[in-house]
Amino acid sequence: MTVGIGRGGRLAQIVGNAVLLLGVFLTVMPFVYMVCASFKPGNELFSFPVRILPDSLYWGNYRLLFEETSFVRWFGNSVFVALARTILAIALSLMAGYAFAKFEFPFKRLLFLLVLGTLTLPLYVILVPLFGLMTDLGWTDTYWALILPFTAQAIGIFLARQQLLGIPNELLEAARIDGAGEWAIFTRVVLPLAQPIIAVMGILFFTASWNDYLWPLIMITSDDKFTVSVGLPTLVGPYSQEYGAVMAGSFMGTLPIVLIFLLFQRRFIEGIMAGAVKG
Amino acid sequence: MALQAPEMGSGVALPAAAAVAQRAPSGRPPGSRLITPYLFLLPFFVVYGVFLLYPVVDAFRLSFFEQTGISTPEFVGLENYRELFTDERYLKALLNTTLYALASVFILSPLALLVALAVRSFMVPSANMQSFYRVAFFLPNITSFVVIALMFLLVFDVDFGLLNAALQGIGLQGFNWLRSERLALPSIVLVAIWTFLGINSLYFLAGLQNIPDELNEAAALDGAGRSQIFWSVTLPLLRPTILFVLVQATIFSFQIFEIPFLLTQGGPSDASLTLAIYLYEVGFRQFEQGYAAAIGYSLALISIVLAGLQLLLFRAFGDD
Repeated sequence: MTVGIGRGGRLAQIVGNAVLLLGVFLTVMPFVYMVCASFKPGNELFSFPVRILPDSLYWGNYRLLFEETSFVRWFGNSVFVALARTILAIALSLMAGYAFAKFEFPFKRLLFLLVLGTLTLPLYVILVPLFGLMTDLGWTDTYWALILPFTAQAIGIFLARQQLLGIPNELLEAARIDGAGEWAIFTRVVLPLAQPIIAVMGILFFTASWNDYLWPLIMITSDDKFTVSVGLPTLVGPYSQEYGAVMAGSFMGTLPIVLIFLLFQRRFIEGIMAGAVKG
Repeated sequence: MALQAPEMGSGVALPAAAAVAQRAPSGRPPGSRLITPYLFLLPFFVVYGVFLLYPVVDAFRLSFFEQTGISTPEFVGLENYRELFTDERYLKALLNTTLYALASVFILSPLALLVALAVRSFMVPSANMQSFYRVAFFLPNITSFVVIALMFLLVFDVDFGLLNAALQGIGLQGFNWLRSERLALPSIVLVAIWTFLGINSLYFLAGLQNIPDELNEAAALDGAGRSQIFWSVTLPLLRPTILFVLVQATIFSFQIFEIPFLLTQGGPSDASLTLAIYLYEVGFRQFEQGYAAAIGYSLALISIVLAGLQLLLFRAFGDD
């Protein structure tokens, strides 16, 4: 905005930034404390007066986490589940989004509205019957249950269609005239042009899967199939004296997403904001 | 929004003809183009049908049955829904969730607008500073609810918590945040504000960026003051974004689960019990599947109705 800085504008600027910086401080503080706590032994963490910085770098929490809990295993599970879910969800979204963007067929509008209608459907509506379905399929306590049900993402169809509408029809027709099959057109012409939205969807789906809690909590019963999200809170019980290890796990469990965020900041924000109305 | 590419016109009416016409040059057998789109749709809709549509319908059926554990389901008509109105724990959860949603709409959302206005305004002139604020406020949004809850257990701890230490540091008295019936829900709201302030500010920032600078400049040239510009230019043009943020806040408020579940387990004495936690307890601890399904539908219905009301309100006050 170019409304000039008038009388008192300078003061407002200082006050405004001070308030915003206070907000940043309050936002960042719990993270800082989490990292600091992960380097404190239990007796220092729960001592008075409360200090933020650790007296010295204590690595015992990390040793405990890696050697005496299944954290490494959980981390691997989280990576595997999130990757599988993300890749499948992207593939299904792109294929269906392509059909909606570039083909005419009976019931197209109806099918699209059906998908859009479930865009904000709360998981809680289907929680009980979906659990029943998993039991019937014999999928309880398996990775299948964590991966497959969430690969049909309405938001993915919406995003993919939006992006693929921009592909000129002439390009597809030219490929058809050259005798390319429909699948070849999809993989060689459409996919390369869909890169930006693939990145956005990848970030969106990966983060959602990584942070998922309720569903794996219900489905997974054996410790070695836990994801990081489900595993971490179980440490609060038996290791309550070792809250530092819980914080170490929280820190390690947040790191991958923060790294992706810092690497792909712009796309990341785009992805999370994808649901927002434009204009 | 047009649902089909413009050049395809009203292709839905005569799909076969259109398909044949487009197929002509390639010389493949007639009809192959016709099933192509369905083949592309198939994988998505198989998963969608099995794991979403079927459970949606099944939940509806289930909500008319009394079924506990593996007992034989018994048809009870609307009994499950009737029970909602007399179930004290459900009503308590509904009250808590509604209060939480009200806080999202009336505290969190205006706060987010203020942050966005400040970041966008003359107060933060440099682009670097703007993106610094953006990243900082965005951090909670990429952190899992589980980690947020585990962090805040430490922040709210009565003896060794960061918050009480800070309060005592400035000469105030600390509280037993999570174990007090009076403070449990407000504590959850505090965590929610911490978690969602950033993303909502970003929504508002995106909305503000869609307002052309020329409009503000023109208004300023006409002698409008800053607050006048805000009320008569910015706010009306921001209306779609405001509606989006409020609807979003309402819908997601009714689904709040992880943070109260891990911070307070809904306690003490149900002081922070939410609808989602209650559904989880009924469905997966008491195994009353029929009743849990009814709770699920009530949850969806309430948030849809509230979102619809907001839409209508905005329409009603929309035409200046």
